[in-house]
Amino acid sequence: MWLGQMKIGRKAVAGTLESSDVFVEVAPGSGGITIDIQSVVYEQFGGSIEETIRDVLRQNGVEAGSVTVNDKGALECTIRARVETAIKRGKGEL
Amino acid sequence: MRRSLLFLPGNNPNMLANGDILGADAVILDLEDAVSPDEKDAARILVRNTLRYLDYSRVEVVIRINPVDENEFWKQDLDEVIPLKPSLIMPTKVRDAAYVQAVSAYMDEVEERHGISRGTVRLVPLIETAIGLENAYAIATADSRVTSLFLGAEDLTADLRCARTKEGSEIFSARSRMVSAARAAGIDVYDTPFTDVNDDEGLIEDARLAKSLGFSGKAAISPRHVGGINRVFSPTRQEIDYAYEVLAAIEEAKAQGKGAISLYGKMIDAPIVARARQVLDMEKAMQGGGVK
Repeated sequence: MWLGQMKIGRKAVAGTLESSDVFVEVAPGSGGITIDIQSVVYEQFGGSIEETIRDVLRQNGVEAGSVTVNDKGALECTIRARVETAIKRGKGEL
Repeated sequence: MRRSLLFLPGNNPNMLANGDILGADAVILDLEDAVSPDEKDAARILVRNTLRYLDYSRVEVVIRINPVDENEFWKQDLDEVIPLKPSLIMPTKVRDAAYVQAVSAYMDEVEERHGISRGTVRLVPLIETAIGLENAYAIATADSRVTSLFLGAEDLTADLRCARTKEGSEIFSARSRMVSAARAAGIDVYDTPFTDVNDDEGLIEDARLAKSLGFSGKAAISPRHVGGINRVFSPTRQEIDYAYEVLAAIEEAKAQGKGAISLYGKMIDAPIVARARQVLDMEKAMQGGGVK
C-alpha cells in the first residue's frame, strides 16, 4: 500500500490547549522519530499516549521527524485526530 | 423520532466526547459554520474519529457539511464521514433540486467506494435562503434520500434583509411554507434553533409555536434547551390515553359492523385516527421502539 510521503516536509501544528484537547506540533527530522509528551495525566497514561502517537505515525508512513504534544486530557480518538491532522499538514496534504 | 436535534461544533473534542449523553434525540455534528475555514481539515478528521471510536449508539447522528461550491470542502466532508454511516447528512445553503441531486450523486460514489449499499445515508436539506424557500417542495421531492427538511432562520433572515427577532414574526410565513412543502412530500420537518441560551421561557414558547405549526421537532444550540424541546414535542399523557381510546373505538366499530362512530360526542374520522396513530408511534419511539 502506498502511504504517501514518508517524511514531514515542514513544521505544522494541530489542536488546541483547551480541556479535552491536545496541541500537537510536528517537525522535519532525519534520524528517526522523537516524541516529547507533556500531559496532565502523564503519570497514568504517558505510555499509552506515546503508543497511540507511534501508531498514527506508522499508519501515515512517517519514519522520521519530531512530535511534541501538550495534552489536556484528550481521549485517544482526539489524540489520533490531532496527530493525523498535524502530519498531513506537515506533508502538505491538507 | 427526532424531537430535539442538538448542534455540536465539529472541532470541539470536549463537546463531541459527551454528544451521546446530552438527552437529544439527534446530534448535528457541525463541519460548517461552527468551524473556521483554516480548521475544516482538523474538524472533519476529529468528527470521523469521534464516530469511529466513541459510542454514539444512543443518539442519531447528523453531519452538517459545507455548501456545494468551488472549494469542494463538502466532498472532503463526505469522503471522511460517509464510511462511518451517520443517519443523515445535512447539506447547507440548499437552493434547488439539482443541488440535492449533486450531493446525493457524490454520496452514491462514496458509498460504492466503501462497499455501502446505495442510499444507506439519508439527507436533511437545510433551507436557509430565499431561493431555497421558494423551491422547498422541489427540494423535498428531489431525491429518495431526502427524509426531512430543516429551516435555518439566521441565514434566511439575512437573505430576506429583515431583522431576526425572538418572537419570530418575520419567519412565520417561512415556517408555514416549510411545513406545507415537507408534509406535501410526506416527510418530516425541523425548526430553526432558539438562539437565546439563557431564556428558558422564550424557548418553550418558540417550541410550542413550532409544534403548533406542524414541525416534527426543533434544533438546539445548547444542551440546556434539549429537555424543554423534548417536553414540548412529546405527546402528553392525556393525548396518549385519548389515542388509545380512539383506536379502541375504531376496533369496536369494526367488530359491530358500524361505518361511523363517535367518541365523547365527536365523530371519529380518518384524520383523527391518523393523528392517534402518530401519537402512539411517538409513545412507542419514546419507549425505545425505534420509530422515526
